[in-house]
Amino acid sequence: MDTLTVSDLAVNYGNVQALKGVSFKVPKGQIVSLIGANGAGKTTTLKAISGACASKGTVMFHGQPTTGMESYKLVGQGLIHAPEGRGIFPNLTVMENLQLGIVGRHSAKVNFQKNLEDSFKLFPRLQERITQMAGTLSGGEQQMLAIARALIGEPELLLLDEPSLGLAPQVVKLIFDIIVRINKEKQVTVLLVEQNAKQALKISHYAYVLETGKISLEGKGSDLLNNEDVKKIYLGEH
Amino acid sequence: MNDFIQHTINGLALGSIYALVALGYTMVFGVLQLINFAHGEIFMMGAFSGLYFARYALPAGTQPSIGVTLMVVVAAMIGSAVLGVIIEKFAYRPLRKAPRINILITAIGVSLLLQYGGQLIFGASPQFFPTILPRQNIDLGGDIFLDTNQITIFLLSFVLMVILQYLVFKTQFGRSMRAISHSLETANVIGINVNKVIFITFIIGSALAGAAGVLYGVAYPKIDPLLGLLPGLKAFIAAVLGGIGNITGAVIGAVLLGLSETYVAGYISSTYRDALAFVILILVLLLRPGGILGSKKIEKV
Ligand SMILES: Nc1ncnc2c1ncn2[C@@H]1O[C@H](COP(=O)(O)OP(=O)(O)OP(=O)(O)O)[C@@H](O)[C@H]1O
Ligand SMILES: [Mg+2]
Repeated sequence: MDTLTVSDLAVNYGNVQALKGVSFKVPKGQIVSLIGANGAGKTTTLKAISGACASKGTVMFHGQPTTGMESYKLVGQGLIHAPEGRGIFPNLTVMENLQLGIVGRHSAKVNFQKNLEDSFKLFPRLQERITQMAGTLSGGEQQMLAIARALIGEPELLLLDEPSLGLAPQVVKLIFDIIVRINKEKQVTVLLVEQNAKQALKISHYAYVLETGKISLEGKGSDLLNNEDVKKIYLGEH
Repeated sequence: MNDFIQHTINGLALGSIYALVALGYTMVFGVLQLINFAHGEIFMMGAFSGLYFARYALPAGTQPSIGVTLMVVVAAMIGSAVLGVIIEKFAYRPLRKAPRINILITAIGVSLLLQYGGQLIFGASPQFFPTILPRQNIDLGGDIFLDTNQITIFLLSFVLMVILQYLVFKTQFGRSMRAISHSLETANVIGINVNKVIFITFIIGSALAGAAGVLYGVAYPKIDPLLGLLPGLKAFIAAVLGGIGNITGAVIGAVLLGLSETYVAGYISSTYRDALAFVILILVLLLRPGGILGSKKIEKV
């Protein structure tokens, strides 16, 4: 069964039509990515799925429509969002940020300690910094924290919004490696939003290209990597 | 010198009452970026809940005692908390996504409604707050006195602030509250039940103001429905002085304000006492709009 099915999703911000009827699906166990230029509507798509902005159309999570459900309830069911711009709380310590990983996800409470240790295995740097204010972490560390916090909630579907934004190439590689690992080792289904199309397509089972609020292209990650249009527009090749 | 010590004791007691009220302003501001102008009336509600509880709920002939005082304080905290959450649920929650100015005007409207509604319900003329605490002056020598009321103020506000400190810094509620004060949107998306946290914030902030209402009633036993106006404004100024949104700042600002008011009244003239808070407000806004501990991020309201 598909973990997530989105049909005809539409979002307006006042007069601006940010999404004009977007449909796609995320099969269980896969990494699906959504690529597109600035302002294409990627973040809006994730927010609409999370119940964080008003939308039309249907979103089905585990086959159930999520219409009208508040974000915290969706988080409670395992739909966990690591928002754009890292979305950590700079005024809280690293540990406190991680503790909020289970704030809406009661089923993950019992495994908190174990999941915490798992996260520290993935990101040893975080463990050394648990008492530090999250705002004093480097950009890469903040992104690690955002992912670690999401994992502590035991996601069934992980929404990642531009996890590689603004990071140095080695850190980007590390983050993408981790995404692949959590998908393989923990069977976490991932919906990945990226502008770094090349890296995203490389690790994705399937991908969609979003262009000004509409899906313009879709296909297997490897196929899109070789698609002429994608190469020209999103991979910067000529 | 002895004068100075006496003024300091009095100033600290006044400052502690301001602090309990200022905490509510600052906590609500933290989660909603809203100055809850009705907070002074929530404080007033505490004084009246305490008064009516003492007058009607206690058996006739109850003697003043610490136990009675505590019961009255708890009743007042409940009364204020109930009013606080009613305001939150019916006045502010429907406006969660409305422009800031609408919420601000609503806050002022609720404040006025409660001031005049209070006159309708409690009567406009002042009532005497019952004696619930055995009044005794303890002579510390050299003409310095500490009265039982002041001791109660110190102990009670200390205990309440320790509990608050625990809630804010050691519990999931407190983490959520601080997360919301950074970004409500992010807090919501990562699974914090934002409405519930805001609701609890109002309960706690209002209950603290309710306790302050009783302490105020014991110290200045003539109370009327406009009672919240001046202490409310001063506690708000204290919160701004300390850095609005900052919990430690609210306490520091309140103590500084209580002390300076008492010194001004004692050494210069009590006519200037009430004006002082406004002078401080203007100075803070001109010189350090973020307040003593506040962040640099300011927004005009
Ligand atoms: N709160 C908002 N109010 C008004 N317009 C908005 C709002 N949020 C987004 N938009 C508009 O909706 C469109 C889609 O924005 P969105 O943030 O979803 O793009 P994106 O694909 O995530 O872009 P980026 O890669 O830059 O993050 C943009 O034109 C944007 O200006
Ligand atoms: Mg975006």
